[in-house]
Amino acid sequence: MLTLSWLLPLAGGLLLLLIPNADRRRDGLIRWLAFAISVLGFAVTLVVWARFDPTSAEFQFVERVPWIHIDPTLAIDYYVGIDGISLLLVVLTAFLTPIALLSSWEGIQKQVKAFSVLILLLDSAMIGVFVSIDLFLFYVFWDAMLIPMYFLIGIWGYDQRIYAAIKFMLYTMAGSVLMLVAILVLAYMYSDGPGQGQYSFDLLKLYTLQIAPETQRWLFLAFAVAFAIKVPLFPFHTWLPDAHVQAPTAGSIILAGVLLKMGTYGLVRFAFPLFPVAAAAFAPWIAVLAVIGIIYGALVAMVQPDMKKLVAYSSVSHLGFVVLGICAMNVQGMQGAVYQMLAHGVSTGGLFLIVGMLSDRRHTRLISEFGGLKSVMPHLTAAFLIITLASIGMPALNGFIGEFLTMLGAFLWEPRFVVGAGLGVIFSAVYMLWMFQRVYLGDITNAKNATLPDLKPREWATVVPLCALAIFMGVFPALFLSPMELSVKKVVDRVQSVQTQRAQR
Amino acid sequence: MLTSNLDAVAPMLCIVLGALAAMAAEAFRRRGEQMPIGWFGVIVLAGAALSSIFLWDRKLSAFDVIAADNFGLFVALVLCIVGILTVMFSSQVIHRDNLPAGEYYALVLFAISGMMMMAMATDLLVIFIALEILSLSVYVLTGIRRDNLAGTEAAFKYFLLGAFSSAFFLYGIAFTYGVTGSTRLSAVGPYLSAQSMTGNPMILIALGLLLVGFAFKISAVPFHMWTPDAYEGAPAIVTGFMSTGVKAAAFAAFARVFLSSFEPFRLESPAGPGWANVVSAIAILTMVLGTVVGVAQSSLKRMLAYSSIAHGGYLLVGLVAANQVGKVAILFYLLVYSVTNLAAFGVIAMLGARDKANDSLRDYAGLWHTHPALAALMTVSLLSLGGLPPTAGFIGKWYIFTAAVSAGYYGLAVIGVLTSVISVFFYLRVVVMMYMQEPGTEPPRIHVNAVSMTALTVAIAAIFYLGILPTQVLNLASQSIATIF
Repeated sequence: MLTLSWLLPLAGGLLLLLIPNADRRRDGLIRWLAFAISVLGFAVTLVVWARFDPTSAEFQFVERVPWIHIDPTLAIDYYVGIDGISLLLVVLTAFLTPIALLSSWEGIQKQVKAFSVLILLLDSAMIGVFVSIDLFLFYVFWDAMLIPMYFLIGIWGYDQRIYAAIKFMLYTMAGSVLMLVAILVLAYMYSDGPGQGQYSFDLLKLYTLQIAPETQRWLFLAFAVAFAIKVPLFPFHTWLPDAHVQAPTAGSIILAGVLLKMGTYGLVRFAFPLFPVAAAAFAPWIAVLAVIGIIYGALVAMVQPDMKKLVAYSSVSHLGFVVLGICAMNVQGMQGAVYQMLAHGVSTGGLFLIVGMLSDRRHTRLISEFGGLKSVMPHLTAAFLIITLASIGMPALNGFIGEFLTMLGAFLWEPRFVVGAGLGVIFSAVYMLWMFQRVYLGDITNAKNATLPDLKPREWATVVPLCALAIFMGVFPALFLSPMELSVKKVVDRVQSVQTQRAQR
Repeated sequence: MLTSNLDAVAPMLCIVLGALAAMAAEAFRRRGEQMPIGWFGVIVLAGAALSSIFLWDRKLSAFDVIAADNFGLFVALVLCIVGILTVMFSSQVIHRDNLPAGEYYALVLFAISGMMMMAMATDLLVIFIALEILSLSVYVLTGIRRDNLAGTEAAFKYFLLGAFSSAFFLYGIAFTYGVTGSTRLSAVGPYLSAQSMTGNPMILIALGLLLVGFAFKISAVPFHMWTPDAYEGAPAIVTGFMSTGVKAAAFAAFARVFLSSFEPFRLESPAGPGWANVVSAIAILTMVLGTVVGVAQSSLKRMLAYSSIAHGGYLLVGLVAANQVGKVAILFYLLVYSVTNLAAFGVIAMLGARDKANDSLRDYAGLWHTHPALAALMTVSLLSLGGLPPTAGFIGKWYIFTAAVSAGYYGLAVIGVLTSVISVFFYLRVVVMMYMQEPGTEPPRIHVNAVSMTALTVAIAAIFYLGILPTQVLNLASQSIATIF
């Protein structure tokens, strides 16, 4: 089942390659096929969700096939499975992909086939990252994912796309190769100890390793930096504004919606539980960076003249909450973090989507070029308002639950951090609402805006699911919180038990 | 133990006979007559590959100096693949550049026979002879376009420096003989381990001289000076051939000599530190210089020359680690690197024209729009050179760094991964050109013939195969090292 969820987009994408389209007559067909494949992929993940057993904290839907076995030294399995933490992230990924494809129906006109194929490949690699249990497999997906994203930014992006694409690629790789070395060290330590000469990258086996605190510190740093770059945690965030702003709308939706979550997911799944002692030592420092990120991201977002850049910096701020929740290492904080990942995926995906619609219509994203759009495009305005409110954490919308839980978790752990985070909440209301006011309210100041068309049917199809989900997640959070609860608790227990053991010693 | 049997030379014999036949054919060819010498070369190489497969696991040795052990045979197979791909790519180039087909193919075959001999030799003098056979053939191949100034200059430079390094190597052999009384690898090793630290310090000079000789052939820093010029001046396909074949052969011999005969001095020698320290310093220099200078290049061939220097550095990391994983890693990496690099140079060769090499970065602008297939093939080989999954290059690098980590060389592993990130930067420059720039005013229109296209496709398929399902080949490689060392 899980194999199907990542293989389907991959196979579909490769099949699309076979459709001859030199004269571009089949652009339409290719778009529809790609969309159909991604919807099918989404359906598969929904089935997984429906059959997921929320009363178990273990990995489910486990598939395990020997992959690279070299006797006697090496045993790498194709080993996938999901628990409550990765389940919803997989669903989110598969949910955003068709929306991303729909969003580029008109914006992308050149090289439609290549574009659709790359989006599907990206979808496949992202799902692969979330379902891998074997660290080697995880790393393969993690790095492979960079390639389609690089092309998406570099070919279909805006003016500075090449710079942004290369920066994105090198930044991410620089972090991840150090993680690779750390992974190799872990595998070696396993072979040196319980593996009796056999290297293993199996996460569950590596969890059982007893690692000296000093070593843990280095390994944790290598993992944490890789993930911090991806999140991005202040001060590793500088690639993000470039990549987000230059990427085409579909790229931004996926970047903000899913890619950033890989960083926080990595912290939850790998960095913290593998190295609990080091995690405890570093958590306050990471939390400080997270709070700085929350406030800094919000302040910088406030002064952006470009809507896309504003949303990009708001991501830096919102992801700070996620990291803060993880650092708290209690059930509330962690659950809030995972929930906030989902919420941010929906709401920021939606923001980029609608900004992309405006940019498609006017070929500019400067706030000053707009104003008073409410009177010409009321539906789009309403959708934007819902997403905006969701993003700033209005109760009864999705952002509230995540922010509330992360702050609750942080409060139980170290109340001082909550002060900074609370400031961030206020700031986010300021910059988001201020942007909303300047773009949509008031009179139409620019004549070019007077004739802009409102939502088209295709755009309705993208906006409605996102808005509905934003409301739904806010009203029925339990539906999303209950599957992850036990898995989150397990991670927290694991980290805390090791920490208390150490404290007693 | 190896059994004495003349069968051991079968692969080499096959190729030498083929080369002689190709020469004879060229000599008796009437002016204007077309001869399928290229196909003949492919058949000969396939024969050599087959005979290597038959010799697998038989542990034969001929004249006590040529060992058909699995290690040598694995490298021989890699060389056969290199040869077949080279010959197939050449089918496009020979005609276009009006090269003398018979001589060209004969030289390629002679070079491969020398390479094979080098990989399988177990006597220092035989290694030297093999080195000379392959070097002389490659010198001539470098300058095979006699009307081309750059080519002639490159050949001359390569020849002078190469001769110089051969002298070093020979001198090293002489010293080794002077101290140990033998040039057989099987005799040198036990002698050194028996004498160990109390023996004649002259052996250090021998060790150093041999190291220089090998370092030159694998273009390790600081003995790499000839590489960029020779690689840039030679026809692209010859560059592809020598950057892979020569490196594979030299590395095989390097590993064989240093991991068997000089193994006692790996970690400590009469002078204190062992050769592993020196080689790891060379490896660091090679990786760093290869990538950093590679960033500044504007000619694709020159850039790939520096990249191949850097890849030599990664191979050296495997040699320094010297454990089970490291030895397997060297063999696997040689295969991966050979196929990948050859594919990249194959694309460059396809894009060249008779009067213009088309090998500066700018010539690749918009290749995706004019020749999508070539651009895609080039992209895959570049990504593999950069070590990105799911290509073979990733598995190769991962294995090398696993070796380094498990031998405790964390620093080498970290430098290795960081330099490979830098190298991704310059590989991406080409990708940027191909996909994200508009084609120039007059994009070259090229028709790639079916044979070359097949070879390219096969190479790319191999890159994916080795990247996704490397188990079988890794197992073969680990069997190969089980027989020696």
